[in-house]
Amino acid sequence: MAIIVTSNLSKKFKDLLAVDNVSLEVEEGECFGLLGPNGAGKTSLIRMITAVSPPLSGSIEVAGMDLASHPRQVKAILGIVPQIDNLDEDLTVLQNLTTFARYFGIPKTVAHTRGCELLQLFHLEEKSSGRIKELSGGMRRLLLIARGLVNQPRIAILDEPTVGLDPQTRHLVWQQLTELKEQGVTRLLCTQNMEEAAVLCDRVAVMHRGRILSLDSPQVLITRHVGETVLEVAVTSANRAKVVRELSTHGIDFLDVGNTVKVLGVNREQLPATLLGTAEELRLRPATLEDVFFRLTGKTLEEDEEE
Amino acid sequence: MRMFSWRSFRMWQRNRDVFLRLWHSEAPGTIVEPLIILVAMGLGLGAYVTLTDNQDYIEFIVPGIVCSYAMFSVFGECTYGTFFRMEERKTFDAIIATPLNVEDVIAGEIFWGATRSLMTGSVILVVALAFQQVDSWWTLLVPFLSFYHGVMFASIAVFFTSVAPSFYTFNHVFTLFVTPMFFLSGVFFPLSDFPQVVQNLSWIAPLTPVVHLTRALFEGEFHLIHLVVAGYILLVTIVFFALALFIMRRRLTV
Repeated sequence: MAIIVTSNLSKKFKDLLAVDNVSLEVEEGECFGLLGPNGAGKTSLIRMITAVSPPLSGSIEVAGMDLASHPRQVKAILGIVPQIDNLDEDLTVLQNLTTFARYFGIPKTVAHTRGCELLQLFHLEEKSSGRIKELSGGMRRLLLIARGLVNQPRIAILDEPTVGLDPQTRHLVWQQLTELKEQGVTRLLCTQNMEEAAVLCDRVAVMHRGRILSLDSPQVLITRHVGETVLEVAVTSANRAKVVRELSTHGIDFLDVGNTVKVLGVNREQLPATLLGTAEELRLRPATLEDVFFRLTGKTLEEDEEE
Repeated sequence: MRMFSWRSFRMWQRNRDVFLRLWHSEAPGTIVEPLIILVAMGLGLGAYVTLTDNQDYIEFIVPGIVCSYAMFSVFGECTYGTFFRMEERKTFDAIIATPLNVEDVIAGEIFWGATRSLMTGSVILVVALAFQQVDSWWTLLVPFLSFYHGVMFASIAVFFTSVAPSFYTFNHVFTLFVTPMFFLSGVFFPLSDFPQVVQNLSWIAPLTPVVHLTRALFEGEFHLIHLVVAGYILLVTIVFFALALFIMRRRLTV
């Protein structure tokens, strides 16, 4: 059953159409990823779904409630982890959680217990009475995530939750997000981290220029847009043009991403002999979401530069 | 315009908790300055001032000092303070993602500002009473009046904050609005001594009716005019309260 339904949703900032007629459905209990370059409209979309930004047109339904007429009820079941760190620096670490719980009308004792549990879960219990300023960047982000869970949300909405985190901390976050899946919590995740999307998300929507270009499970997206494998050809600025020309004349599909050319749908033996001589280095590897990302959003980025 | 709800109390509680944690860094300032003014103006300058009914000058200025400094504390809290929470800390953005809406947050700020007015008004009242005799039991109502006009000043202050592009705006608010009111609203001299133009302007400025009412409580003498000025305060409150909520929604939910 769909728990978030957006219909023909649009958002405009001055002359920029940030979200362009987006209709999507997020199923209850799934982890839904929004993938896209900077300025793709991911955050704008999320801000509308969290009732802090009114849409230009279209409608949003969350858990069967119309967002426009029931913003409070909807916000009560959402757990939001924003991209911008907006922890309350006037309060202590634990107070950040208990005060936030109070906004949801959670009784004091429950809030305190839950706050302590969350601090433990995110390895912050020693900082409980510390000030926000004393926390490292990673700890701040963990607290921000813990805060988003203080109301035991049915839907957790996370905007780039692991950006800037070291690998250990990132895995701690991934682990907690996976735990949420077992509790049946729906997760809507904005990310630019392809590994994160591949590890966590049941379905991924690739977004670019306010539109959803493709939507499916990571594996299906990879097979559909890139294939099974990618042959990476390392190029220098001197021979790049030559490699690209060679591939084009042979009608071979490729992605040009600067210092490498990603050749799609062929293996080493199928490459033209002349190219094998030109290339600095060749590497065959399984296709990833990153290739999908380049495939769907890369070309238009180049067009942007030309404009 | 959307209404605020009882949830604005949650915002008020948040500000109270922060105040209780940090009050000692702020509280001395609220007492010292009015104390200096009372000594310098009341005792110093007052020695050269003869009032018509033989009243001591310090007794004349005490009511105005009490409500002016209550006003100052509101303006500090609801301009610099509110703007800081909104723009620097992004605290409001975090809170409006919970069941509180913008109107709850802003109403909470205003009621908190009024609470600061009540606290400051009460503290200075106690200090001021050291300088003079209490003539009237009505004086006990001064804290309540401080809250009443506190809501008005907080609404005006938050209105300025809602349209302020940066912190620098508030320098103008203070030099062009708050400080002139302090000197021209009948705190230090009876309004009737001013030229007619200044008198007219002074009656529009919202501190004048407040000084008038506070003085009435100290003296225990009431006339119809006091009812009128109380109504004027209410009117100004409603207008700026509504404006603050309306503009803040547009500013915070883009």
